[in-house]
Amino acid sequence: MGQLLLGLINGSFYAVLSLGLAVIFGLLNIINFSHGAQYMMGAFVAWMLLNYLGIGYWPALILAPLIVGATGIALEKLALSRLYKLDHLYGLLLTFGIALIIQGLFRNYYGISGLPYQIPDLLSGGQNLGFMFLPNYRAWIVVASVIVCFGTWFMIEKTRLGAYLRAATENPALVGAFGINVPRMITLTYGFGVALAGLAGVLAAPIYAVNPNMGADLIIVVFAVVVIGGMGSIMGAIVTGYGLGLIEGLTRVFYPEGSAVVIFVIMAIVLLIKPEGLFGRTA
Amino acid sequence: MAVAENETLQDVIYPKEVGMPLLHKAIFLVLLSFLIVLPFMVYPVFAMKVMCFALFAAAFNLLLGFGGLLSFGHAAYFGGASYVAAHAAKVWGFTPELSVLAGTLSATVLGLVIGSLSIRRQGIYFAMVTLAFAQMVYFFALQAEFTGGEDGIQSVPRGDLFGVIPLQGNIALYFFVLVITFGGILCLYRIVHSPFGQVLKAIRDNEPRAISLGYQVNRYKLMVFTLSAGFAGLAGATKAQVFQLASLTDVHWSMSGEVVLMTLLGGMGTIFGPLVGAAMIVTMQNYLATFGAWVTIIQGVIFVLGVLLFREGVVGLLSRLLKRRL
Repeated sequence: MGQLLLGLINGSFYAVLSLGLAVIFGLLNIINFSHGAQYMMGAFVAWMLLNYLGIGYWPALILAPLIVGATGIALEKLALSRLYKLDHLYGLLLTFGIALIIQGLFRNYYGISGLPYQIPDLLSGGQNLGFMFLPNYRAWIVVASVIVCFGTWFMIEKTRLGAYLRAATENPALVGAFGINVPRMITLTYGFGVALAGLAGVLAAPIYAVNPNMGADLIIVVFAVVVIGGMGSIMGAIVTGYGLGLIEGLTRVFYPEGSAVVIFVIMAIVLLIKPEGLFGRTA
Repeated sequence: MAVAENETLQDVIYPKEVGMPLLHKAIFLVLLSFLIVLPFMVYPVFAMKVMCFALFAAAFNLLLGFGGLLSFGHAAYFGGASYVAAHAAKVWGFTPELSVLAGTLSATVLGLVIGSLSIRRQGIYFAMVTLAFAQMVYFFALQAEFTGGEDGIQSVPRGDLFGVIPLQGNIALYFFVLVITFGGILCLYRIVHSPFGQVLKAIRDNEPRAISLGYQVNRYKLMVFTLSAGFAGLAGATKAQVFQLASLTDVHWSMSGEVVLMTLLGGMGTIFGPLVGAAMIVTMQNYLATFGAWVTIIQGVIFVLGVLLFREGVVGLLSRLLKRRL
């Protein structure tokens, strides 16, 4: 049961991160390789806010994603926007380089040992559910990620802003002709996707040690999640994220040695049966 | 994914010669004579490292530069082969040439399996799929018994070539490595300039058109993927002999990134670019080794600047200035 919960928590991170990747991919058509580094940045910014400025968890939950999102916007303006006319693979290479820089800088100044971050008082402790002990903070992660995922889904699928966004995904030139500033929308979308990564980082800070490598290995799993789900739909990214987290948790119960690779095995199977991904559109 | 415009233009200006063009022959000869005296001027192990990475980058370039496929998981073949070669030499007591062969074959088979799955997706997805499979190999290397986990396989014996010629000395090993890597690079050159290579370029430049001309595109892609993985494995297996070590570094995703960087910096789709790129990156790592994390940062910066400002790479630039295919 505990492993299932752990799986659900991993799934929450997979869902929020692959959601961010899907949002960015939808409009920019690039895979944001620095997503893991930006997730790590979120955790570090929360840690810095606490240790340098005395700003606690709850304000950091808002501030850190904003700060990380702002760096994302700067990155898009300065670098990524120059590559849209080229092959999309250059975007991948550029963000890979960015990820190396971010990780290297943090490793240089903070080492790789990991820094502790306290669970906020409100969420410390836990509930005894009779069959298992549920730490409050872990329950909060699941709740928070569901809220974030649902909120993003609602915004993109049900609001006017989201309608513009979806239209621009289909045909940017036409949307631009209607007087909507598409380049700005692209910038903000990238900022938003990156902010989601930052938010996941803040959520992760109290349960995983804050360390420069925390994003690097996670993001590769998230890539596999994205390949399995296909990046065609927002809901697809969310559902696959939670689902694979649970499957990973289950594997840890029944066959612990396989838990690290189970997602990759599923990816291989999906590639064999339905190469475009479970929720994917044929590209 | 290519610098195709100026290439086709040059092909018109300088029509294809039969066999290897004189310029390329000259460069290969100069390179070979330079490499023969090199171990007497610099530390042979450093020179061998450069040559192994040059072959690795050249193998990667076959896939990216000529096949137009960006694999982000080439560490799996490089590192996988180095594990197999190290295991073969240490535990099974294979001679050097046989353990290198074993490593190469295992990488080829691995490339065939992963390639047949990966080519089902294109472009960005292809990059992600190859990366994910490479990570799977990494986890396998981390957990499996024979790889020694975090320690890797250490103190691999260098052995005697064909069971007779001792390779313990650096100079003797150097010439063994020289023959393998130089031969490998010549093979890659031959592949690129074969009819097979021409079809590859056609697929890279216009896949739908190649399909409509009746080429079975996926079969070509799988072949080039397997070949590239095999040569990457040859490089990795040789590296295991040189350093007497196979470790997790060689299968880690950062290794996959490094080979992309070498190819990008040298000039993808060029013949000599990967060699130049590999030499530059390995030299840089060598001199900056004491600065720790700065190596990663500098590599990241080179990546970013390379993508933004210098996509044709060193040799690509030279090639354009000299109006010769290099």
